Amino acid sequence: MLVLGIETSCDETAVALVEDGHSVRANVISSQIAKHAQYGGVVPELAAREHLKAIDPVVNLAFREAGAGIADLDAVGVTNCPGLIPALLVGVSYAKGIAAARGIPVVGVNHFLAHIFGAFIDRPARLLDAATFPVIALVVSGGHTALALLRGEGDCRIVGTTLDDAAGEAFDKAAKILHLSYPGGPVIDKLSQQGDPGAVAFPIGLAVRKDSKNGGANRLNFSFSGVKTSLLYYLKKHGYIEPPNATAAFSGGAPPDFDDALLDVVASYQEAVVDALVQKTLLAAADYDAATVVVCGGVACNSRLRHKMAAAVEHSGRDFIVARPEYCTDNGAMIGGLAYYYVCNSEVDDFSLDAGARLMCIDSIPVFAGTR
Amino acid sequence: MVSINPESTETFGFQLGQKLNGGDIVALHGDLGSGKTVLARGIARGLGVTEPVASPTYTIVQEYTGRQWALYHIDMYRIDTVEAAEAFGLEYYLSDQSAIVVVEWAERIAPLLADENVIRVYLSHVEQDVRKIEMVTIPASGAE
Repeated sequence: MLVLGIETSCDETAVALVEDGHSVRANVISSQIAKHAQYGGVVPELAAREHLKAIDPVVNLAFREAGAGIADLDAVGVTNCPGLIPALLVGVSYAKGIAAARGIPVVGVNHFLAHIFGAFIDRPARLLDAATFPVIALVVSGGHTALALLRGEGDCRIVGTTLDDAAGEAFDKAAKILHLSYPGGPVIDKLSQQGDPGAVAFPIGLAVRKDSKNGGANRLNFSFSGVKTSLLYYLKKHGYIEPPNATAAFSGGAPPDFDDALLDVVASYQEAVVDALVQKTLLAAADYDAATVVVCGGVACNSRLRHKMAAAVEHSGRDFIVARPEYCTDNGAMIGGLAYYYVCNSEVDDFSLDAGARLMCIDSIPVFAGTR
Repeated sequence: MVSINPESTETFGFQLGQKLNGGDIVALHGDLGSGKTVLARGIARGLGVTEPVASPTYTIVQEYTGRQWALYHIDMYRIDTVEAAEAFGLEYYLSDQSAIVVVEWAERIAPLLADENVIRVYLSHVEQDVRKIEMVTIPASGAE
C-alpha cells in the first residue's frame, strides 16, 4: 500500500511516499529544495502562503524520487493537529483534493503521535512485537516536551508535559541570549562539546530527589523557564552581556567572546536541560514499568541527550530507541507511515476532516498488527 | 507595581483576566525571562482556562477556551517584522470579537497594535525574582 504523507504544521512543508508503513520511497522537505533553489530560493517559513507555494514542487519531487505517480497512491495521510491552523489547512486541503480526485481514503494524523511513530519507521519488527510495550516516549522539540505512555492494546496518554517552555525553546532562547544562530539546539550542542558540563550548576526544573516515590503533581512534568532566566542572570553577573532592560533587546551589541569559561557555561546549560529530560523520562519509565523508552522529536538530534539517555535507559534494564535524525525533525514519512496503520484498521476520515490547533487529548493509537 | 515573584505576576494577570471582554487585546512588552508567559497564564486563569498554559513561542499561537471567551495566546518572538506578522495572518486573530488576544513581544509589531484600546503591559527585570509591571490603558469595555 503506497501512502502519501503530508506535513505542514509549522516551518517545513514535508512530503513522503511510504510503502506499507515502513518502506520510505521518498522523503522530501521544503528546506532541502530551497537549498537547491528550485522554486526561487524562498526560505520556508511559517506563513501558510509559503506552504502553498512549496507543496506542489515538494510533492512532485517526492513522486520523481520514488519513481511513482499519483495513480499509484492507495491513501493520503496528513497532519491535521496540532499546529498553526492556516498552515495545517494547506496540507489538509491538498490531501483532500488528491483523495477526492483519486477516490482514495484521506487520514488525519496527529503530529505528536507521528513523531513517536517516527522512531519505529525503520524498526517495523519492534513496533509489531507486543514485548516492546508498554512504551514511554519522550517527544521533545521546539514546540513539544511531553511524555506519552503507549500500551500495545491501543491506549495512549500523556503522563507528563512542560508547564512553560519546550526544551527546544530553552535552547533557542539561550542561543538568542548568547547571540547564536537559530535554531539554537545544533549550535549549543556543538559548542558544548568543547566545554565542561559540570562547571556551573544550573537548576533542573521541577527536580525530583533521587528514589523519591512522590514529587507531587509535577513529578513527571517539565519546566524550562527557570533555567533560561538563570542563564541570563549568570551571564549578567559575570559581565558577559549587558543587563537586560525593556528597551534594549538582545538584538544589539556584539556576541560575547566564547572563551573557555563561556564554553563551560554553555555546556552546563545544555547539561541542565538534558538532565531534566533524562530524569523525568526515567521516572516515567519506572512508574509505568515501561519495556521500552523512545526518544523522538527535533531535540532528539542533540548528541548529549542521545548519549546520556541511552546510558541511563540501558542502566535501568529497558530497551532504548531513538529516532534517526531525519525522522526526528518534522517529516512526511512519519505521517505516511502512521496513516498506513489507520487505513489497515479502517480508521479513515471523510472530507469533513478539519485542522486543530491544540494537542488534543490523546487516548488511543492504532493497534499494530501482531500486538493485538 | 512591583512583583516580588512569579506567583504575584500570575496573580496580577489573573485579576486583569477577570476584567477582560471579547475583542480586548493585551500587548505584553518585556525581555526574555521578564515574566510574559507567567502573566499570560494568569490572564488565562482569570478567563477560566484550566488547562496548562505553556509558551507559544514555537507554535506562534495557542488557542484556549475560557468560561465566556476564547483566548489567543500569541508570541511574536519568531515573527519579528510587521510584514511577517501580516503574512502569518495575525489580523484574523486580532479582529476576533469573541476572543481575548494576548500578544507577547508586542514591540516587534507595534504598528499593528497602535489602536488606543490596546492594553499595554510592560515587564522589566529588577533583580532575581523581582519584576516591575507597568500597565497603560485600562480596559474600557466592561471594566469597573
